[in-house]
Amino acid sequence: MSGEAASGALAGHGAEAAQAAGKAAEQAPGLMDHLPALVVLVPFLAAPLVVLLGARRLAWPVTFAAALFSLAAALALLSQVLGGAAISYHIGGWAPPLGIEYRIDAANAFVMVIVSAIAVAILPYARASIAAEIPARQHVLFHALFLLALAGLLGVSATGDAFNLFVFLEISSLSTYVLVAMGAYRDKRALTTAFNYLLMGTTGATFFVIGIGFLYMSTGTLNMADLAQLIAQQPGNRTIHAGFAFILVGMGLKVAMYPLHLWLPGAYSYAPSAVSAFLAATATKVAVYVMLRFLFSVFGPAYPFEASALGLVVLPLALLAMFAASFIAIFQVNFKKMLAYSSIAQVGYMLLGIAMLSQTALSGAIVHLFNHAITKATLFMVIGAYVLRAGGAFYRDIEGIGRVMPLTSAAGVIGGLSLIGVPGTAGFVSKWLLVQGALEKGWWWLALLVVASSLLAVVYVWKGIEVAYLRSPRDDVDRREAPLAMLVPIWVMAIATIWFGLSAEWTVGAARTAAEALMHGASEIVISGGVGR
Amino acid sequence: MSPDTLPALSALSALPTAFLFLLGALLAAVLPARLRPPLLVGLPALAAWQVWTLPEGRLMPLALMGLELELMRVDRLSRIFALIFTLIAVLGNLYAWHLRDRVQQVAALLYAGAAIGAVFAGDLITLFLWWEGTAIASVFLIWARRTEGAFHTGMRYLVVQVLSGVLLLAGAALYWRETGSLDFTLMRLGSPATWLIFLAFGIKAAFPLLHNWLQDAYPAATVTGTVILSAFTTKLAIYALARGFAGTEILIWIGAVMTVFPVFFAEVENDMRRVLSYSLNNQLGFMVVGIGIGSEMALNGTAAHAFAHILYKALLFMSVGAVLYRTGTARATELGGLYRTMPLTAIMAVIGAVSISGVPLFSGFVTKSMVLSAASDAHLWPVWGALVFASAAVLSHSGIKIPYFIFFAHDSGRRPAEAPRHMLLAMGLTAAMCIAIGLAPGLLYALLPYPVEYHPYSGYHVVGQMQLLLFGVVAFALAMRFGLHPGEKRGTLLDSDWLYRRAAPAVLGAVAALVRAIWGAGAAAVGALRAAAMGFIRARSGPEGRLAHVWPTGSMVEWLAIILGVMLVVVYLA
Repeated sequence: MSGEAASGALAGHGAEAAQAAGKAAEQAPGLMDHLPALVVLVPFLAAPLVVLLGARRLAWPVTFAAALFSLAAALALLSQVLGGAAISYHIGGWAPPLGIEYRIDAANAFVMVIVSAIAVAILPYARASIAAEIPARQHVLFHALFLLALAGLLGVSATGDAFNLFVFLEISSLSTYVLVAMGAYRDKRALTTAFNYLLMGTTGATFFVIGIGFLYMSTGTLNMADLAQLIAQQPGNRTIHAGFAFILVGMGLKVAMYPLHLWLPGAYSYAPSAVSAFLAATATKVAVYVMLRFLFSVFGPAYPFEASALGLVVLPLALLAMFAASFIAIFQVNFKKMLAYSSIAQVGYMLLGIAMLSQTALSGAIVHLFNHAITKATLFMVIGAYVLRAGGAFYRDIEGIGRVMPLTSAAGVIGGLSLIGVPGTAGFVSKWLLVQGALEKGWWWLALLVVASSLLAVVYVWKGIEVAYLRSPRDDVDRREAPLAMLVPIWVMAIATIWFGLSAEWTVGAARTAAEALMHGASEIVISGGVGR
Repeated sequence: MSPDTLPALSALSALPTAFLFLLGALLAAVLPARLRPPLLVGLPALAAWQVWTLPEGRLMPLALMGLELELMRVDRLSRIFALIFTLIAVLGNLYAWHLRDRVQQVAALLYAGAAIGAVFAGDLITLFLWWEGTAIASVFLIWARRTEGAFHTGMRYLVVQVLSGVLLLAGAALYWRETGSLDFTLMRLGSPATWLIFLAFGIKAAFPLLHNWLQDAYPAATVTGTVILSAFTTKLAIYALARGFAGTEILIWIGAVMTVFPVFFAEVENDMRRVLSYSLNNQLGFMVVGIGIGSEMALNGTAAHAFAHILYKALLFMSVGAVLYRTGTARATELGGLYRTMPLTAIMAVIGAVSISGVPLFSGFVTKSMVLSAASDAHLWPVWGALVFASAAVLSHSGIKIPYFIFFAHDSGRRPAEAPRHMLLAMGLTAAMCIAIGLAPGLLYALLPYPVEYHPYSGYHVVGQMQLLLFGVVAFALAMRFGLHPGEKRGTLLDSDWLYRRAAPAVLGAVAALVRAIWGAGAAAVGALRAAAMGFIRARSGPEGRLAHVWPTGSMVEWLAIILGVMLVVVYLA
């Protein structure tokens, strides 16, 4: 059976390979052709470079430069694929399905832009933040781990190979565990949290890899495009169904699908502030992307088992997350924990958009990836500034801080408004699309539930505002505004939150193209790469 | 002095007078305390000069959203009102020279500016905007006392004033639909639109039964605030009536009632500022009668009387205010014999009193007699009789009662210092104007809307008025001799405001109790439900709730297994 599948896969790629050979002969491969690999490789190789250089002074510039390069590359890739095309890059010139393929389309280029943009925005901020939260001797390691996490997340997005995806997922996860553990210099509970996160994250990854194993057993291939074709040929295969269930549950854990969210509140609240901001804005988003890729590119909504899994399991859990996590957030007394639970609720919106299985709702989910990323990045950076000055993120630590740190707090208010989904902020755009998606299907009750859960967000955001503005500041706090290195990234993000709330054409357009690419595949495939061939 | 002689100042005529005041108010909001009094006196003086030199005509038409507005309609009627408004702003602010309260000072400028803006308004929308502006600006003069009572009084005042504005706006909208014009000119009662506008004017003019806000609010304002308040709001309404409803017959009867009924309240009231408020109301009656008659003579009388009235009423409020400033009370029962230490203030009060009483050679005589003559010319004898009676009563309650009980009568033992110099100066200037008008009425007559051919100092007028005065004096003397004068009794006087101060609260209270009972039951039920729901949510989602627990890793894996199981079942069954 597997042999048959492999030959089918080879046949599927034969035509593409020939086409590629023809193109390669015409033009010599340049730097632009290797962008799909370089976007991942540059931060990946910068990590050991930082360690080898060993100098604390050099660590940050190298890290920043690598992140900047990734952002530029991701933007270049996105501009190439926004027309609806896809880029297929063959690592080492080995043609898929045997070789590893990086396949860039609008969906993952968009995610790579999010990830690298957040990294670029957070790094200047992290410089001031980690100086206060992590001892100097660990700074080199911090930067190396940050680069690894970044490279991992970008790799997960870029790759078109299921097992390669798992490897990158583990690279990013393992470095993330250590980054979370670095919070131990402020709070020892970061250690147990990181350990729990390690166990849970690994369990999720294991489920995922078990699922991949089932698929490989049934199809004999790991290439995702190939998998899609071969799965279509054996619709009744129980092994594939089991693989699907394992992958969905495993990734469900990674996206913090309620009730598989238990790793998240601790990890976000005990990690160093810069790490919280980076993780909250990127890690779950990339996991959501992986889920999207498997649900829509490898499998498809047309399969009855997927439709029922989404409708009967994911949709109820998404609704549960929207309400339960919001209620928990309301009762929190720690700003970071409150935001962490709010993130779980927000992931609920994304899962809802996915589970509705319509293109509008899916666009809503994808654009929410972006909007929630910048919103949460703003808020977590604001908290980091609070932690720097007030010494903690508990409500009692930051009472009246709105008067002490007016600029930081104003950005926090903008983030909070976006979290609620107030018109004029980014959060509104995605919720609007979600509601539209629900109404398109005639599910007006679902639209009402989305609005109702937004009201819960009003409550927990208001609690934060009340603490920050309506109480008198404590006497013992550091009465200074956050340093400029923090304020600038915070406000860049806050302004982005408003900018993408007011002019949503670009984000929504990219999200629609991405949804199109996910649901119907790319319009044409451009093959590039081929070093050593 | 024409604008050509002062080219720098001629630029002023490009700016509506009201905006001049708004700019001044902005400036007053930022200037230090030291510089504010000169601004407050100087700016209205500048405005007075501007009003004096403005050419006649519709100076500032403005097309806004398809509406044709007119910010500055200058004719003889609007000019005389604007002129007296700017003058009284000068005098009132001079009187308040000692004030360091920024809120009052800004409010005084805004208030005067809004009143002048309304006078110059050539259309109903502009009129409405300034109309509401006077309401909002003036309430701060009441609130500036910063007492609980003043706050509530201010709220009552504001509600009534804003109601008047809302009626005006509604009327203006209807009027626009009816006629297609927003022009503020002579209107004819008869349609809902004009009735609404009439009612709006009537509230501000303190028509009988719509008058309570006046006696409620004016005595409650600050010492200086009352002086300012007494000048603008009601006289603006008089102007509006003269402009919009001249010759409307019903006004004659309304005015007649207005002149008579406050007399009795004024006679028995103890608080001197409230006495003055009632007498103000009574004086408004004269003007309303004049508007109702609507002849050129009557309208001249109204305008002249408004002009003179603003001055002597302000003078009386100033002198009572000076006493209040020095002693802390304005109650007849607590005052008396103050002429010993406040002789100048006493003289000012007497000048104000004889002016309001209509003694020949003082301002009241030369203006009030115009209205009386107009009434007799129109052969409105019952009205004429009412006005004569009211004139005599004015003498009793304002002309004699005010100076007598405060400065003479029994010795209260108080020996307050003389009023401050700036107050004396303001009072002196006002008194001088009262006398000047009385001595040379031609000065005032030259300003009136229509050409005047009237000679107040005819034998008939003078003798008649002296008889009236004598009668008033005798009545007062007899009342004092036999101890019948109720003036020195304590008490709170309830007028027709009994309706809303006592009866309405009682009725409302009963309704409120019922509503409260029903609402309470409903709220309790909702509250119980809510408490139960919150308890349920808190028990699960709260910090101690199961959902918010930081569960051990094992339980997480349990969940993972459960969900995988569910997922497999769903996938297999599909």
